[in-house]
Amino acid sequence: MSKQSKAFSLAALRPMGALLRPHRWSIALSVVCALVSSLAQLLIPIYCGEAIDAMLGAGAVDFAAVSRVAAVILLLTLICALAQWVLTVLNNRVAFRVSQSLRDQAIRKLQRLPIKWLDAHPSGDLVSRVIADVDVVSDGLLMGFTQFFTGVVTILGTLFMMARLSLPVAAVVVVLTPLSLFTAGFIARRSARWFHAQSAVRGEETAFINEMLDGQRVVQAFGREAATQAELHDVNQKLADASLKATFFSSLVNPCTRLVNNLVYAAVAGTGAFLAIAGHMSVGQVSAFLSYASQYAKPFNEISGVVTEMQNALVCAGRVFELLAVEEEAEPFPDTAGELPTEGQVRLEHISFRYVPERPLIQDFSLDVAPGQRVAIVGPTGCGKTTLINLLMRFYDVDEGQIRVDGQEIRGMSRHDLRRRWGMVLQETWLRSGTVRENIAFGKPDAPEEEIVAAAKAAHIHSFIQRLPQGYDTVIAEDGEGISQGQKQLICIARVMLCHPPMLILDEATSSIDTRTELRVQSAFAELMQGRTSFIVAHRLSTIREADVILVMRDGHVVEQGRHEELLAAGGFYAALYESQFEKSA
Amino acid sequence: MKYLRQALKGYGREVVLAPLFKMLEAGFDLLVPVVVAHIVNEGIGGGDRPLVLRMCAVLLGMAVVGLTCAVTAQYFSAKAAVGCASRLRERLFAHIESLGWGDADQLGASTLITRMTTDINQVQNGVNMFLRLLLRSPFVVGGAFLCALLIDRQIAWIFALAILGMALVVGVIMALTLPRYRRNQARLDKLTAATRENLSGVRVIRAFGMEARETARFEGFNRDLAQGQLGVGHLSALMGPLTLVIVNLGIIAVLQSGGQAVQGGRLLSGEVIALVNYMSQILVELVKLANLIVTLSRSIASLRRVSQVLDTQPALTYPETSPAPLPEADAVRFEGVSLRYPAGGAESLSDISFRARPGETVGIIGPTGSGKSSLVHLIPRFYEATGGQVFLQGQPVDAYAKETLRKLVGLVPQRAQLFRGTIRSNLLWGAPEADDETLWEALRAAQAEEFVRGKPGGLDEPVEQAGRNFSGGQRQRLTIARALAGHPPILILDDSASALDYLTDAQLRKALRQLSWKPTVFIVSQRTASIRHADTILVLDDGRLVGRGTHDELLQTCPIYREIHLSQSKEERA
Repeated sequence: MSKQSKAFSLAALRPMGALLRPHRWSIALSVVCALVSSLAQLLIPIYCGEAIDAMLGAGAVDFAAVSRVAAVILLLTLICALAQWVLTVLNNRVAFRVSQSLRDQAIRKLQRLPIKWLDAHPSGDLVSRVIADVDVVSDGLLMGFTQFFTGVVTILGTLFMMARLSLPVAAVVVVLTPLSLFTAGFIARRSARWFHAQSAVRGEETAFINEMLDGQRVVQAFGREAATQAELHDVNQKLADASLKATFFSSLVNPCTRLVNNLVYAAVAGTGAFLAIAGHMSVGQVSAFLSYASQYAKPFNEISGVVTEMQNALVCAGRVFELLAVEEEAEPFPDTAGELPTEGQVRLEHISFRYVPERPLIQDFSLDVAPGQRVAIVGPTGCGKTTLINLLMRFYDVDEGQIRVDGQEIRGMSRHDLRRRWGMVLQETWLRSGTVRENIAFGKPDAPEEEIVAAAKAAHIHSFIQRLPQGYDTVIAEDGEGISQGQKQLICIARVMLCHPPMLILDEATSSIDTRTELRVQSAFAELMQGRTSFIVAHRLSTIREADVILVMRDGHVVEQGRHEELLAAGGFYAALYESQFEKSA
Repeated sequence: MKYLRQALKGYGREVVLAPLFKMLEAGFDLLVPVVVAHIVNEGIGGGDRPLVLRMCAVLLGMAVVGLTCAVTAQYFSAKAAVGCASRLRERLFAHIESLGWGDADQLGASTLITRMTTDINQVQNGVNMFLRLLLRSPFVVGGAFLCALLIDRQIAWIFALAILGMALVVGVIMALTLPRYRRNQARLDKLTAATRENLSGVRVIRAFGMEARETARFEGFNRDLAQGQLGVGHLSALMGPLTLVIVNLGIIAVLQSGGQAVQGGRLLSGEVIALVNYMSQILVELVKLANLIVTLSRSIASLRRVSQVLDTQPALTYPETSPAPLPEADAVRFEGVSLRYPAGGAESLSDISFRARPGETVGIIGPTGSGKSSLVHLIPRFYEATGGQVFLQGQPVDAYAKETLRKLVGLVPQRAQLFRGTIRSNLLWGAPEADDETLWEALRAAQAEEFVRGKPGGLDEPVEQAGRNFSGGQRQRLTIARALAGHPPILILDDSASALDYLTDAQLRKALRQLSWKPTVFIVSQRTASIRHADTILVLDDGRLVGRGTHDELLQTCPIYREIHLSQSKEERA
């Protein structure tokens, strides 16, 4: 582990402590249980030894003593079993409740993080923090509490018991202990290197497999099967090599520590026997000693495993805490309850914006949109049309200047209040797993059935939904499989239709809705846009011509602005774009 | 299982030797109590110091030999496990690539990736554990019982009862917990999906102000998961204490009846110690066995998922050799072709007939889901027509060898996918032997020359995974160039200019008309502007051919075409 990650995992200790605080009594009780169960378990061999000492030979067995000892062993067993059970139950509760609370905190955090931050962080990484990392934390806690305490108590207790039975034999064990620790540590370090190699190659291979299976159609279309298989073979051989070493070296820990353990065992048997012959120990004590010697090394193995596990857990906890520590979006304004009467006047006053400091995008841009007007944003692919959406919705904030809705600065109201005024349909359709009904009612969960159906009808998706196996109750899978892109878009439109927002932001579909359906959707949109201020990221010039203002964007800048006829007459970039669509057709 | 056996072929030595050495090691473990009994009975009992020393030496020797056995066993099992996983992975990959599109559609890419990675790793783990432990545990349990039987017949029944009792406890608890673990896994998957959704839909969620509701939904799933984990945790928490009680009851019984046996002179105290030791060993091994069964049940489930893919037979087979094309024949001819996807449902294409002469351009247009892509996918036989017949250059499409078909038809798919490497390595997919001049020519026609020249590396500019260091439009143009590089006689563009602006799209079409080798070109599009100059336009609606002709003819005869065209043209509201 590198120095940095070690420091990092230590930094995770403090928030971890805060997280465990509510469970402190459970943890205390679990420590007590660990003590009780380990001690009870340690006492059992002593009593077994006593019972054996009561069997001196034929005709010389003290049955009363054997029975007495048996009763004590029974009692100890019951105490030990009970303590063990309570311990496990308590630890389960702490570990699972802690991971539940971590995940709850994480999701609340995600809802409050700036979109800017989320855009800059790969979502796969965030998902793995919320899911996989938390799992490792809870595993680490579970193992830590159950095995670490009991392990330590068992080792100390064993040493104590051995010392009480016979100091010289105990000394033999203590002298041999570092050998066991050293062996385990040596092998663990060795195998860690191969594990790193293994996971690096595995990552490489997974990336390759991902890419090739995702692009399988292309692979097949170009007849590249043999070539890709040869490539896989190469990386696969590398993996097999690393994997063999990692598996083999790590599997040496157990046999090697077992060897050390067996050495200890033989030494104890030898010294014990000599002491017994000399009359310093009884046979029963030797037997007790031997069972200690056989149990003694086990906790060492476990503890070294647990320590790695807990280090892992701390690293993962650090990743989760890092997420939880990201600064949230400030929201100083309260939400307004009830209706939000909105005229729909939008003013952009000298706004400037850039995603990265080195690349200024929008500079000193002003626009005045009267209530009910339509603004079309056009331009070639990648010209930054979505930037305006980001600013209007306050997914990002302007660097300079102001945006006003009905004269009110949008940074002077809560984001919820601003966003409630807008209805948004993005080109990238997002549906969440759930029924069609839930998806349409997404923005208005308590909408009555008639309204949902009416919205679906308005979006021309009602008849399609009715043809689905379970109609409105058909479940849409996470990625919306089984529903075409166009149909998804229609559901997204119905979702907005249901909410009757006073202002609209539409990202027009390019190729995913066929033109006939789109024609109908546009007529529905035209109806929806009636009297509502609308911003449309437009791809079809024919739909733009009726816009009150056209913003022509290029490379992130607004290069032209005006009505269709004016822009055509100007003969600029817009004119060129327009002509290219109808090349030679007019 | 069949596939596992095949993957293990050649590892016979390892498969036999690993458990064998493991059992040898266990055998030494079983001998330890016997040696200790000797020390106690004859060494301590008889005051025989040399015997004690000899026996200690035996213990040491057994430890060293035991270690050697264990290391050998671990090596063989690791080798067999890694080797078989490695083979299984390559075989699965080759098999997946041999599957037709129809087969792969039904399985889905993401599950195939999981099977290639996680599942096979799990199988590797399982094989390793199986070889190392599965024989050891029953062997130790059985061996301990046998040793007890040898020491004293009458006390052995206590062992039988204790083993039975522990096996029962372990078995019942596992039977109860395994399905619950599976249910928890499903709950965790649900939670993962919810997290992903919250991230992918963050703009929509915030636009609708639904943060609180989505949080509550997540927390509901999270609560379910925690409850499930607690439930199964509490159940499995019983295993340790219960087996502990059983084993100690066994020890008490052994002490009681051992005492009587010693009293009667049947046993010596050293043998009682040995019996107690065997009892403890049995407990340790049974718990190990339980853990092993959990791992194995996971591996078996993974193996089953892998086998399921391997069991999928490719629906299409190709002949080894190809017939000679007929020079005067149509480049492509459909005769009453229909297509129903393997997943079932209605026909996606019904009774399609048309012909394309060499060098012609064919435009295909129609609403979403009307079967445009399906139609062009039949040309290189990615799917098999379920009715009628497709001809390429006068010969039925199913008479061609796979390699010939791939060279004959160049496809630019809807989704622009590139692969990690360089621009050159990507372009070479279409023409492995092409020289730089050919590649630049292809880039020029695909309207990609300018931006490739602008890259510092030129043709050797690196392409990241899935081409994510290029914009959508750039990727599309590179995939077009990739198809052009091989000079295929039949070229298919499946709505592959959608990310291009109108200007670039127009230039691309112009370049396609001027290609030196005059291919037959199929252009699938949503825009009439993209196909209006085609020699023939096919209009599809709901899988049927509802119009065929030139742009001007269709404007007169085909109402759907007219509607599409009007919706896009500026005459619309004139």
